[in-house]
This record gives sequence, C-alpha cells and structure tokens, in this order.
Amino acid sequence: MLEVKDLRVSVEDKEILKGLNLTINPGEVHAIMGPNGAGKSTLSAVIAGRDGYEVTGGSITFEGEDVLDMEIEDRARAGLLLGFQYPVEIPGVKNVYLLKAALNAKREHLGLPEIEAPEFMKLVREKLQFMKMDSSFLHRSVNEGFSGGEKKRNEILQMLILEPKLALLDEIDSGLDIDALKVVSEGVNSLRDAGRSIVMVTHYQRLLDYIVPDHIHVLSDGKIIKSGDKSLALELEKRGYDWVIEEAAQ
Amino acid sequence: MASQEMEQLVRREYKQGFVTDIESDTAPPGLNEDVIRFISAKKEEPQWMLDWRLAAFEQWKTMAEPDWAHVDFPQVDFQAVSYYSAPKSSEDRPKSLDEVDPKLLETYEKLGIPLHERAALAGVAMDMVFDSVSVTTTFKEQLGEAGVIFCSISEAIREYPDLIKQYLGSVVPVADNFYTALNSAVFSDGSFVFVPKGVTCPMELSTYFRINAENTGQFERTLIICEDNAQVSYLEGCTAPMRDENQLHAAVVELVALENADIKYSTVQNWYPGDEEGKGGIYNFVTKRGECRGDNSKISWTQVETGSAVTWKYPSCVLKGKNSVGEFYSVAVTNNMQQADTGTKMIHIGEGSRSTIISKGISAGRSDQSYRGLVKILPGAKGARNFTQCDSLLIGDQCGAHTFPYQEIGNSTAQVEHEATTSKIGEDQLFYCRQRGISEEDAVNMIVNGFCKDVFKELPMEFAVEAEALLNVSLEGAVG
Repeated sequence: MLEVKDLRVSVEDKEILKGLNLTINPGEVHAIMGPNGAGKSTLSAVIAGRDGYEVTGGSITFEGEDVLDMEIEDRARAGLLLGFQYPVEIPGVKNVYLLKAALNAKREHLGLPEIEAPEFMKLVREKLQFMKMDSSFLHRSVNEGFSGGEKKRNEILQMLILEPKLALLDEIDSGLDIDALKVVSEGVNSLRDAGRSIVMVTHYQRLLDYIVPDHIHVLSDGKIIKSGDKSLALELEKRGYDWVIEEAAQ
Repeated sequence: MASQEMEQLVRREYKQGFVTDIESDTAPPGLNEDVIRFISAKKEEPQWMLDWRLAAFEQWKTMAEPDWAHVDFPQVDFQAVSYYSAPKSSEDRPKSLDEVDPKLLETYEKLGIPLHERAALAGVAMDMVFDSVSVTTTFKEQLGEAGVIFCSISEAIREYPDLIKQYLGSVVPVADNFYTALNSAVFSDGSFVFVPKGVTCPMELSTYFRINAENTGQFERTLIICEDNAQVSYLEGCTAPMRDENQLHAAVVELVALENADIKYSTVQNWYPGDEEGKGGIYNFVTKRGECRGDNSKISWTQVETGSAVTWKYPSCVLKGKNSVGEFYSVAVTNNMQQADTGTKMIHIGEGSRSTIISKGISAGRSDQSYRGLVKILPGAKGARNFTQCDSLLIGDQCGAHTFPYQEIGNSTAQVEHEATTSKIGEDQLFYCRQRGISEEDAVNMIVNGFCKDVFKELPMEFAVEAEALLNVSLEGAVG
C-alpha cells in the first residue's frame, strides 16, 4: 500500500531523513518509535505533504502512485490521512461543517453525489457516540478551546467518518490521560480492517498496550535501524534506544 | 459646448425654475456656482435647496482634504471631475443580456444573483426588465398602506420639503468635513426614508428596488428618519460588482432615531477596486452617521466592504437618548493594491447608553487596511458601556493591517472593553483543511468565512448568503 524507498529529506539545508525505507502492506498496523529528533514527525509530514520539507532523494508511492507528485488534498482524497499531533484551531468554522466538506470532497473524488443531510447526521451521531463525544462538539469551532484529549478524539472521529486507506497517526497519544487514551485506542482499533493500514508514530510503549502493532520500527538519525514485532517495544521500554543504535553502528 | 454657452444655458433655465429639456446631460468638468445651479435645476429643486447647496459650496472652498487617514493616493483634482451626469437613456443601454460583457455575467453567476436581477444590474434598459418593474410597483403599494415614505431624495425635496428642511444636515453638518461639504453642494441623488410613529416597516428596504434612480452613486445622499416606536431595516448596495466611470465618490448618510425607534442599516459595498496594480479603482470617501435622539432608541450599522481602491469610511452613532444603543459590525476585505481606512465612532451622551463594535479586517495581496475607532463617553453618560473587538486576518506576507483605537472616557461609571487580535491565515490551518481533502480555495473561503461569522450573522439572511459568496469572489487567487 505504502512504499517509502531511500527517502532523503532536508529542512533548511539540514538533512533529517537519510535514506529511509519502509513498506506497509494492506491490513497492517505499524508503529514507528525512536528518540527525539530522529525524524519521526518529518516522515509523517512529508508523506502528508506539508510545506517546508525538501525531498532530495528517494520516492514515496501509495497504491502505485507517486505521492510526492500529488497535491495535499489529492493525497487525502486518495485515502491517505494524517492524524495531527497538534490539531489546529479554526475559529468560527463549525466542526460539523469541516466534516461535511471533507466527506463530500472525498465523495466527489469517488464520483459519488454529496451526502444527504439525514444520512450524514446519522453517521456522525453514531461515530460521536463511539468516541464518547457530546453532540455539542459538532457546533463548536474546529478544535477551538478543546482540551488536549478532545482534540485527539476529534482527530479519530474524523478518521472514523472519512475512512482512510492509510491512517497516519502522529503522536496520537501525547497529552492524553488514561481514560482518553482508552477511548482513542478503541477508536483506532475499530479502524483496523483487512483493507486498511495504520501507521503510528509514538514515543511511548504505553500506546502499544492498547493498540497492538504487527510491526515496530526504530527510527534513529534519519533511518530505520531496526524492525521487529511487538516484543521489540517491550525491549525498548526496558533497555532504551542506545543498544539499538550501538548495534546498528556495528 | 463652450463654458460660456453652458453658463448662459444654465442661467436661462434656472430663471424658468425648472428644466425639462437640456441638450447636455453631463456637466462639464469642474466645480463652480454654475455647475451647482445646473444640478439643482436638473433636479427641479426649490430655491431654498439651491441656497443650501451654494452655502455648502462656499464652506467647501475654505476647507482642506483630510490627510490623517492611513491611505496614499494621488491628489484628486476636483476641477477635473464632472459633477453631474444624467442616467443613460434606454437607447444607450444594452437591450438584453446578450449585449452585456460576459465577464460581468460570469461574476453574477458566481454570486448566485437571480437571473431577472442580473439584467437590471447590468444596466439593461428598464422597459426590458419586466419583473423588476412589477416588483417595484407592488412594493410601493404595500409601503404606502403602512404610511412609510421611500423615495429618491430629489423627490423628497420636492414632495416633503418640511421633513427635508427639518432633518437634512441635522446629523452630519454641512461642514463636518471636506467631503460632506462637497457632497452637500453637489449631491446627485440618494434615498429618503420616513417611518412614522409606531410603524414597523413591513419589509426590508433595499436600494435595489429603486433601480430606476440609478447612476446616483457618485455623490449619494441618504436620509432615514424613524419616529417614536418605529422600525426599519435598510439594505444598501448589492454584491454585484459596480463599475462607474466616475472615480471620486463621496456619499453622506444620515439616520435619525427618535424614542424607542430602531434602525438597522446594512451595506454591501463592491465598487470597482481597480486592476491588480490598483489602476482605475474608485475612491470612496463616505460619511455615515446616525443619531439616537430618543430614549431607548437603537441604530445598528452592518457593513461588508470589499470594493473600491481607496476607502475612507466611519459609520458612527451619536447616542443622545437615555439607554440608547449603537452597534457597528464590519467586515472589510482588501486585496491586490486596495487601501482602506475604516472604523466607527461611538459618542455616548445619554445615560446608560451602550455600544458594541465588532470589526473584522481581512487583508490580502499587497493591500493595506486600518481600523480606526473612537469611543467617546461624555461626563453626562453615566453608566455607559462599550465593547470593542477588532480582529485582523492577513493572507500572504505582503499586506498590512493596522489598528488605531481612540478612547475618551469622561466619567468613572463607564465601562469600556477593547479586544484586538491580528493573525495570519495559518499555513497550519490551510494544511489541516487540505489534509482532510478540502481544496485550497475552499479552505481559504472556509477559514475567512469563519473569521467573519460574528458579523455575517447580523446581516439579513439573504444578504448574508450573498456576502459569503462575495467574500469568496473577492479573495479569488489570494493564496497560492
């Protein structure tokens, strides 16, 4: 589904990703871990298409298409969605309005008509309930005055409604208390599907107790230096990253 | 026509007191007493009105243009301006929409203006626009039954001289500023509204219904009077782009609210802003002021300003009555090379008077925009309150936004709050929306309309929808 090959990315002439390789198959859940400054957030930003990152080498393909050649919105419409670490506030724009505009943009891409209001509201209510969110959320401005936990729940709510093929979750667990973490994890787990892939970028093993990945990768100094199954997370939790880095250096 | 002949013609006709057939429909450039006599004669005005104009002209000659606004444009040569041109006759106008500039029609389409209105807006001869004519007629009958007077100011000068004498210039004195003196001398036309005691005007009054009195934009003069317990909502302008050969515009609007009266004045201004380099745009120097004369009266200004090359405009309220209320809700958009210095004045005189100011400025391109607002609370205005919020949104990094708030608080029982923010339309906000599949253009529109929401909700429903569409059209291509 997603194929990252020898990806090199610079920010203001400083090379952050130094030849990164990653293959995500349909239905898989991957976790990318690593020390601060390793390039984790850069990876998700480049895949999603954020400005300010210069790709100096390598490629990213999504279902065979060259992602780097696509506009940001086209990547999203194709099913590549980013869950933000810091969801931005948009004053005056109601949540429900953003959701509907996003869903209709996707439907237009698929050649479907705009969703009928009753059908849309039914869908949204159902997903809200699942995320344990009050319906008043819909009429609040996008992320404005939301707590950290509310913002992250809102990100997952959007995923549930937009149903991406690949959900890229950037530090989705940061700033969450244990209750919110459970709700968010349940949301993510409900997205698991044979046709859908999930990539989580995280610092903490804790998240992986709730969302159990198929594959874990350690990202350090711009490269993936070790990959393994879920047991790798436990080992990292115990021993930190240094041993992996040393091992890789040898 | 030689100026001498012109002079003779004007003199001769003036002697007759009225003009039925003047060869020229346009006054030659320049301003002098003769031109004013010519305008007054064209309008078939009584002597007292001409005297009023001439006195204004005398005052204007002693005055200088204001130079304190944060705008920069070449000096206007007032002697090069033509101060009167009659509406085009039917023969000179397009006979149908087929003859209208397709670009203009495309814009109407984008704004969602109904088909039958497009013809009228594009200047298609009136006898071709049947719908509008019949609408106007029914409309007049309904108003007549309610006792509301709604007509052109020229008609009012002839038909209701006592009301005009009593109220004209009573809110905005002739010599209030350079442009009001000029307007008083040469105003061509405008609206007059009188709502008698206890009457709630049965419909929203729109200049659109006065379409047969068009081409009045240059020096428009509007006077609205609401007697005790009367109410009216007045809509000025329209979202369709208004082109005009005359670059200089200086309108005056006066509102009078007596006891318990309520006037809501909504404006959508979309004069031609000039090309991308700012060439050829309208200079819009407007003085709008309302006086809450009676206790518990209320005047509310709502404006959406998207046009003009240079805007200089401060709709204001003089809150004389006890517990009177003044409101100012504004969205101003500048793009390309546009400049706007706009805001309001709230003058609190009456006890317990209250005012609210919500100003939203959006600057894009290389435009420059200032909010300028005065809140003045006189010693007698015990317990007066004001709340001001002015927010600026910048799109791109070549535009400017400035805020000039002035407060003069004359007593210790008054409460004044001021909030101001300036933000750049976030790359982050755009990225977020686009990462949800929303196109860049739709994302900008969404963010900008969200920013303006507090003002749009004050507009009459239909106007609000049009205003949103207008904003989108005005900011087309502002990003990217």
